[in-house]
Amino acid sequence: MSSVVIEEKPVKMNMRSLRAVKPLERFLSARCVGTRAHGVRKLSSTSGSYPLVCIVGGGPAGFYTAQHLLKSHPDIHVDIYERLPIPFGLVRFGVAPDHPEVKNVINTFTQTAQHKHCCFFGNVNIGRDVSVKELQEAYHAVVLSYGAEANRRLGIPGEDLLGVYSAKDFVGWYNGVPCNKDLQPDLSSDTAVILGQGNVALDVARMLLSPLDILKKTDVTQPSLEALAASHVHKVLIVGRRGPLQMACTIKELREMVNLPGTKPDMVTAEFEGIAEALKELPRPRKRLTELLLKAAQGSAGSAQATRQWGFRFLRSPVEIRPSSDVTRTAGIRLAVNRLEGSGENAQAVPTGEVEDLQCGLVINSIGYRSLPIDATVPFDPHKAVIPNTVGRVEQVAGLYCSGWVKRGPTGVIATTMNDSFDTARALLQDIEAGLLKLSTKKLGSKAIVTLLEKRGVNSVSFLEWEKINAEEVKRGGRAGKPREKLLDVEEMIKIAKT
Amino acid sequence: KSNQKVIQKHSLISPTSKGDKILLHFINQSGVKITTSVTEGASLLEVVINKNLDISGFGACEGTLACSTCHLIFDENVYKNLEPIADEELDMLDLAYGLTKTSRLGCQVCVQKWMDGMTVRVPRDVKDLRNVKESAENQ
Repeated sequence: MSSVVIEEKPVKMNMRSLRAVKPLERFLSARCVGTRAHGVRKLSSTSGSYPLVCIVGGGPAGFYTAQHLLKSHPDIHVDIYERLPIPFGLVRFGVAPDHPEVKNVINTFTQTAQHKHCCFFGNVNIGRDVSVKELQEAYHAVVLSYGAEANRRLGIPGEDLLGVYSAKDFVGWYNGVPCNKDLQPDLSSDTAVILGQGNVALDVARMLLSPLDILKKTDVTQPSLEALAASHVHKVLIVGRRGPLQMACTIKELREMVNLPGTKPDMVTAEFEGIAEALKELPRPRKRLTELLLKAAQGSAGSAQATRQWGFRFLRSPVEIRPSSDVTRTAGIRLAVNRLEGSGENAQAVPTGEVEDLQCGLVINSIGYRSLPIDATVPFDPHKAVIPNTVGRVEQVAGLYCSGWVKRGPTGVIATTMNDSFDTARALLQDIEAGLLKLSTKKLGSKAIVTLLEKRGVNSVSFLEWEKINAEEVKRGGRAGKPREKLLDVEEMIKIAKT
Repeated sequence: KSNQKVIQKHSLISPTSKGDKILLHFINQSGVKITTSVTEGASLLEVVINKNLDISGFGACEGTLACSTCHLIFDENVYKNLEPIADEELDMLDLAYGLTKTSRLGCQVCVQKWMDGMTVRVPRDVKDLRNVKESAENQ
């Protein structure tokens, strides 16, 4: 093992700033040295007997799968195809602007992309520009890691009124997803209702209520920042079907709400009956979460000068979003009142027959993302909205794998996806070892795909070219005191990439 | 080996002090034991990263208390002598896979002389039971 000297320096025990030194060291042996010229090096990659694998999707699942494959096999070549010109998926487009530490994984993904046996192709839409079948012809194995681009619908009247947005689109809007840049959410009313109580719901609540001097130092897009500055939303209710003990968010996010400057909690005490008594039976994570929730509910949090409020409402399911009298926009939401059957994580919400109306002008549907089928040739379970698989091996299709949300559903944090991606990579590696991937068959890899792309007039973007886009974003952000100012337009991204 | 707790504030460590070499053993997710020799002061996350130890996916958030991937399991007699755990660490630790009563996040534990010879473990790769169930359902 190489002996790397740890720099001896005073280590200040400041929890948040305890940083790892030089994560770059991790991939010392695999570091790309010398030419990284995209076209010159990669066009000649054809296989003798080394495995050629491609991954569809350049988000955390794609990168973690690639990382594990490259680390475990000395000769494997991995190409990553991504629909947008830029990599990183939900790390860039989902993680909230005020959670920059969570985005540190981008550093390890960058090293993976720079590995000499890894090649990134942005601006390539698999399913439209190139088919999965064509990928299977060019590679020994194909891994589908394209995530969940749609959202679960409420399925209630009024869902398409002005003022109603999916959390996916709202988050995409403030995070600069190009197809959400024209969302123009209506922030003119006093009250917002968020349906769903997971971490995404809390991210949305926090973005709606955070003081501007916090937001303006983040990578939230400039147009969104201006819209939030002009927002009239002062009260955010986060509504769940079930009770306090079934709340899906985690304690870090709840703590951020409790500590959010300028705000105070507004809950209904009656909804917490019996909860304190249930505490002692709970496993530690749920217990700590519930204790913090109770503390907030008792009104012992928040400042007296708070002008903004947030609160949970439990045992409520949406039945109708009600329009204004001129029927142009949202004016309120009708909720069915539930009771719980059973207890704990498996408790079910059962309607009581009662309803309750809330006034609001903004409704955010945060009940979950949803994957879509990519291609008629790839099996897809429309009920669970995932690709049927066993430990990442796609059912009944040899040489096809999946990882991340499209494999197991759109839940969990980045670490969950990391472990899941490692599982898929391990299955793939086992199959290589067992001789199941027919490595003796000569495959053309990216050479075949690039030929098809050129024929079809598709201009792919390399990782080096992404770094030009990255540099431009960081430069623009620097002028405004932000870590980056995200480009919002695909054409502009490509233009900068190709300069 | 003595497990006597050395009371030392980290900010007092002088940059030029060459402490005794401290031997640490890491057992990775596949059960492989990795031994390394370090000087005191660095966090266990820094040790894993800087020594390039073979532990998959360690330290995703780079020590900023935004994930649980540097989760380490300690022996009871070491665990009870560690610096007290703060709420922020507990918040992330609560989400860790394979959480135990002697778990901590490696980014929050700094190497001290009294840890010489200790063994820390990463949760073993256990085949997720849900995968077994799902595969049965999908057949």
